[in-house]
Amino acid sequence: MKIKNIFTYCFISSLFLFSLICIWKILVTLQGIELTNFNFNKLFIFGIILCAINLLIGKKLNLNIKIILLALLFSIFDYFISKNLPIWYSFGIFLISLFFFNNIKDYDKNFLSKNHSSQKLFFNFLTLFGITLFSFVILFPFYMMLVTSFKTQALLLLNPLDFSINFAQGLPELFKSYFIVFKDYNFGRYMLTSTIVSLGTVIITLIFAIPAAYAVARLNFFGKNFLSTSILIIYLFPAIVLVIPLYTIFSQLGLRNSIEGLLIVYTATTLPVAIYMLQGYFKSIPKELEEAGIIDGQNWLGIIFKIILPLSLPAISSVALYVFMIAWNEFLFSLMFLDRPNTFTLSRAIQFLNVGAETPRQYLMAGSVVVTLPILIIFVYFEKYLVSGLTAGSVKG
Amino acid sequence: MSSKLAKIEKRTAYLLILPSVLLVFSIILFPIFSNIWISFKNVELKDLRIPEPRAKKLVKSINDNPNQIKVIYKLRNSSLTQEITNVKFKDKYPDDIEPISLNNKCQFKSNLLKCELGNWPKKYRENLEIVFQNINNKEISKKELKSYKPKLSGKSQNILLTYEFTLNNFKKVIKDKAFIDLLSTTFYYTFFGTIGAIVFGILAAQMVNQKFFGRTFMRSVLLFPYVAPVVALAYTWELLLDPTSGTLNNLLINYQIIDGPINLLGQKYVTLNILGFDFKLRLALTTVIIFEIWRYFPLAFLFILARLQAVPKELYEAADVDGANPIQKFLNITLPQILAVISILFMIRFIWNFNKFEDIFLLTGGASGTRTLPINVYQQGFSIGDIGMGSAVSIVIVVFLLIFMFIYFKLLGKRADEN
Repeated sequence: MKIKNIFTYCFISSLFLFSLICIWKILVTLQGIELTNFNFNKLFIFGIILCAINLLIGKKLNLNIKIILLALLFSIFDYFISKNLPIWYSFGIFLISLFFFNNIKDYDKNFLSKNHSSQKLFFNFLTLFGITLFSFVILFPFYMMLVTSFKTQALLLLNPLDFSINFAQGLPELFKSYFIVFKDYNFGRYMLTSTIVSLGTVIITLIFAIPAAYAVARLNFFGKNFLSTSILIIYLFPAIVLVIPLYTIFSQLGLRNSIEGLLIVYTATTLPVAIYMLQGYFKSIPKELEEAGIIDGQNWLGIIFKIILPLSLPAISSVALYVFMIAWNEFLFSLMFLDRPNTFTLSRAIQFLNVGAETPRQYLMAGSVVVTLPILIIFVYFEKYLVSGLTAGSVKG
Repeated sequence: MSSKLAKIEKRTAYLLILPSVLLVFSIILFPIFSNIWISFKNVELKDLRIPEPRAKKLVKSINDNPNQIKVIYKLRNSSLTQEITNVKFKDKYPDDIEPISLNNKCQFKSNLLKCELGNWPKKYRENLEIVFQNINNKEISKKELKSYKPKLSGKSQNILLTYEFTLNNFKKVIKDKAFIDLLSTTFYYTFFGTIGAIVFGILAAQMVNQKFFGRTFMRSVLLFPYVAPVVALAYTWELLLDPTSGTLNNLLINYQIIDGPINLLGQKYVTLNILGFDFKLRLALTTVIIFEIWRYFPLAFLFILARLQAVPKELYEAADVDGANPIQKFLNITLPQILAVISILFMIRFIWNFNKFEDIFLLTGGASGTRTLPINVYQQGFSIGDIGMGSAVSIVIVVFLLIFMFIYFKLLGKRADEN
């Protein structure tokens, strides 16, 4: 057993424990509980001691009893150095330390004397660190978005760190921001517009893309190679270089402030990637199936509808979901083309809320939740399809 | 027979791709080319309104005489900048009604009032007053008169379609002292945003590639910032980072880590003292880059994870037999395997970050040293209202883009050769 290994082990594991406790403390602070110190020195040193004890006990004791004992020890220590905190805080500390000691319970003297054990240890902890840190950093803004929408401006000004949700006030009071956003700020209408625009984009894109992708994948014609490379090139052109000409043309044609104008632009910008994704899939369908169709006397349309489409439903769903996501989230064109509130999409409406007169932040966040939630639900529910769509289409972003 | 089939095939193919090609051509390619056209013109936002002759019809009764009525047309040129030539006016009247007197510009024939109003300079206004009477001495219905709307026509030049060109826009773009600053900001943002996203993407992919409880859930969570709408995320971050009421500043002050609030999105520079040297860090730009990394590392993660899962397990097993440590395994097995993906990813992300508009626009609006080329397009075109300048900046972007694409496709071609 090397001294270096013991040292790294104690140091890293205590640091990891401390960072877990930090995240917990931040979350507790945001419940409006006064907590002004992380107690870094004391907790860190005590953590090192406990890790060393863990190592010394090794497997002499039943592992479950060992981790419960160590976790209890740690939470009692924390309870005494940070006073006047509610019992649920200490319970949280207990659960976290339980999780932590569960992770290090298998380490003993034997493990540390193996080859590369300090590096292995380091990487194991890096993974754990990574998972907790990444999930915290990613989820924190979403969490704040949600809890802010349940507060009121006055309460937030009183204590900007109190994001506790008061369930006692009753549901109508709790969801007040949402009622106001839908009633006074007309978000129902914007949501409908967004839905129509996004679904419309999906349908029109598929109607255009499926035949084109089939032609590129299967048929021989002059200029085919040129076409399939230009699809990718066109796809790489960003919206910002299109926006001025489209704005001038649409102004003069009177297509601004109309859902039709938005639909045309969204369809055109998503078409290249839709064709690109679909043709790749169509190529993987065995040709024999189509030949059988031809022998049965089907024409091209019949082949597309009766053979290709049913077989490529997964790819079509990927494309549909991906296009839906792009259309739902799109911001630049809706900013440029829509000035009148009766044609706003959700994204544009939220931007309008923010730019306009001092909108209380809970309404802004309630609006943000309204625009985010549908897309996250769709994403989690159809994850498999959307992920393959994202991977194929991720040249764009 | 076979050549006939080939012909049918060709025809079908063209038929199938035609709608898509037409749409993409008119909405993507045509605008890119018209950018070039507009960038050589002196066009402003207010010129975009097409000059139109307009008339508002007012009907007024004349004192105590229900058989007569006065019609006033308020005429005006809608354009503030352009002339309309050869304006013609037409309005319909009900039967039995005739004008009492007419000026020489107008004629009345078979219930139709026609006027030749000549040329209208910009901002032109005129009132045309005509008194009408009923020839059968009956009362004139105002409502009926109002129900007819006058029709006007005139010729005007569309400023976008003239053949007057100027090089001024490009001269202004390049001579602008801020241009170098603009370029360096754009490249700084693009480069660090791309590198950061890829580094965090590798870390996250490396992490999720191991087996642990809740791995699939973790994969979904990692993609949240990428799939959620940018508007919602940017405003949430803005609230988090707000100097007075933002959560981050309040937390840091609460834990006594900083003494006073830091305006992370509104402060251009911050001086850092590292080892006795003063560093000037572009604070707002760095914050925007961090947001950018936060939002786009999921994409890098997705790509790299897919590649990592395809690395044969035998390679790692062989390394274990050889007694390699984790760092050696990463450097000698993992990294070479994902290097190709990383290089492609770098190019794609570079191109997209170079053109990124929404994120910066929503977070800072281009203030505090975060003005990049795409933000400049918007500011020139729509904040200042100089469409020609905006187009010229777009052209600069397109030129850079073409260079990047050339490199990217070279890279792709090289990769294809290797395989």
